[in-house]
Amino acid sequence: MEWLIGLQALLQATVRMAAPLTFTAVGETYGERAGVINIGLEGLMLIGAVTAYAVAFASGNVWLGVLAAGVAAAIFGVLFGVVTITLGANQIVAGAALNLIGLGLSSFIYRAFFGSVTDRAIQPLATVEIPLLNQIPVVGPVLFEQNLLVYAALLLTPLAALVLNRTMLGLALRSVGEHPKATATAGLSVIGLRYAAVAFGGMMAGIGGAYLSVAYANQFVENMVAGRGFIALAIVVFGRWSPLGALWASLLFGFTFALQLRLQAQNIPIAYQFLQILPYVATIVAMILLRGQSAQPKALGVPYTERT
Amino acid sequence: MTTVTASRQAGSALWRNVWRNVALPLLAILAALLVGALMLAFSGFDVAAAYGALWSGIFGNARNIGEALLRATPLILVGAGIAIAFRCGIWNIGAEGQFYMGAAAGAFIGLQAGSFSPWLAIPTALLAGALCGGLWAAIAGWLKVRLGLNEVVTTIMLNYIAIGIVGYLVTGPMQEANRYNPQTDEIAATMVLPRLLPGMRVHAGFLLALLLPALASILLFRTPWGFALRAVGFNPVAAQHAGIRVNVQYVLAISLSGALAGVAGTVEVLGVIGRLYENISPGYGFTGIAVSLLAANHPIGAIFSGLLFGALTTGAELMQLTAQIPSSMTFILQGLIIAFLVSFRALQGRVWRRG
Repeated sequence: MEWLIGLQALLQATVRMAAPLTFTAVGETYGERAGVINIGLEGLMLIGAVTAYAVAFASGNVWLGVLAAGVAAAIFGVLFGVVTITLGANQIVAGAALNLIGLGLSSFIYRAFFGSVTDRAIQPLATVEIPLLNQIPVVGPVLFEQNLLVYAALLLTPLAALVLNRTMLGLALRSVGEHPKATATAGLSVIGLRYAAVAFGGMMAGIGGAYLSVAYANQFVENMVAGRGFIALAIVVFGRWSPLGALWASLLFGFTFALQLRLQAQNIPIAYQFLQILPYVATIVAMILLRGQSAQPKALGVPYTERT
Repeated sequence: MTTVTASRQAGSALWRNVWRNVALPLLAILAALLVGALMLAFSGFDVAAAYGALWSGIFGNARNIGEALLRATPLILVGAGIAIAFRCGIWNIGAEGQFYMGAAAGAFIGLQAGSFSPWLAIPTALLAGALCGGLWAAIAGWLKVRLGLNEVVTTIMLNYIAIGIVGYLVTGPMQEANRYNPQTDEIAATMVLPRLLPGMRVHAGFLLALLLPALASILLFRTPWGFALRAVGFNPVAAQHAGIRVNVQYVLAISLSGALAGVAGTVEVLGVIGRLYENISPGYGFTGIAVSLLAANHPIGAIFSGLLFGALTTGAELMQLTAQIPSSMTFILQGLIIAFLVSFRALQGRVWRRG
């Protein structure tokens, strides 16, 4: 029975570690389906993490922090849109700039306003048990004894898939990423749809970052996102540009994070650095296994201008 | 008549170059400083004191200038390397990991080769650094051309893996003799790069940071190979039709790019730090991207933008010391400079197309 308890703890941690990746990757899936690639997710997550922490600390309300993180990162998403959509600048370069700004700004805010604060912990996000369902062996504790943000990630993903695949808005977004000229001919605003997509992507990355500070660590640590923004980029590819695919891929990466932590705690005779790099090696291996099945949007990364 | 037109065209091309490569970057720097000032004021800092400290941190005395050259050295080398990859259209975001690999190779030779003549051992260490950085980058190149993996993602993942490997080395096989800290012993005294000027820490590696970008520029703009490399960057499909082996160019470009980042790591170990430890790079590989972009991906330009960012780093340290401004301000300024520069260039492109 001991191995079962171990497995249950491992899977529970998997879902916890997957949630921030899910938020961020689902948001980026929308952005990329609309034809805009944002490699600045890492920076957006850091902005979300510090905003959520600062607002939660000041107001005493974690949810206010999460909301503020979504809004702040959405604003930066829109600014990214101004540079890449309106001005048509190279999206990779603008994303690299966004990463630097997010890294610098989050550390700056933290050091400027919390550098002298001694008790920096905030109230952790409570675990909410869902009655009856949490009695199911293994699955119960894994899926139904989590915090509300985890439930939000799990519920939001099918919803996002539904909107993208079954509504007019989703059709419009997808067509903007495949054939923007045709979308414009149909009388829709390419620019407007792309702005909506990057704002949504920003908001989701912000919530993903917020998760790390208010639901996972209960504090802000400089550069705490630790590459998850880049992993989310890989997840979008791995999930073949679909929200549900992104959820599965996030769970896979969440598993490598959880496994790595668990193995470290077990004192097995492998240098801990080799365990730490597990998620990053897994990313490359996963990309190799899934290569060549690209469903990449045709107009991804190509700025849109009305002139031919 | 024709000579007049020709010289007028040459003149306007010159002005266009000055405008694009000097005036626009300066405007971007000004705009970034302006936004930075607003941010500082909004956070309740004294902007005049902050920027005053930034200025004197850069130009205050000879020692500070030497320090800026010291900080610029790895940034120039990394930036010039990234320029080569970006010119070929392969997005090498992995200079950080390539830097770590070069640093590890440099430390290894530096620890072992104390009994050899430095005239032999130091070049060997530099070559080993170039080789390790280049091979590490070649992995991403190979994954791109053989298996079609996006190099943006793979190079970033290889960064974390390289940092993990160095972490392992300095707590395992290469750890110092008394096994106390996660670092190696100091390298042999004969392996330390000589200093250039009395009273300053700037070392012979800075000369490499002047020489290698110049060589890279000659290679890119004055040789058939450089032409092929840039042709791939302009239009890979057209280059393929013209008989250029695009995949070979990709792998060569990213390997050369990684080799320069590797040399930067070796130079940092031999010239400044004197040993290898965890987190040896304060993000040189990422700042190098900014250095290259600010220089419009021109290796010679990377010397100037590297000097600017090196100066910003030393200035920010004094800013933190005297005006209590968090030194992470440098990252914000660097990010803003790139964001403004790409915006200005894109904006200008639109205006010209219309006009």
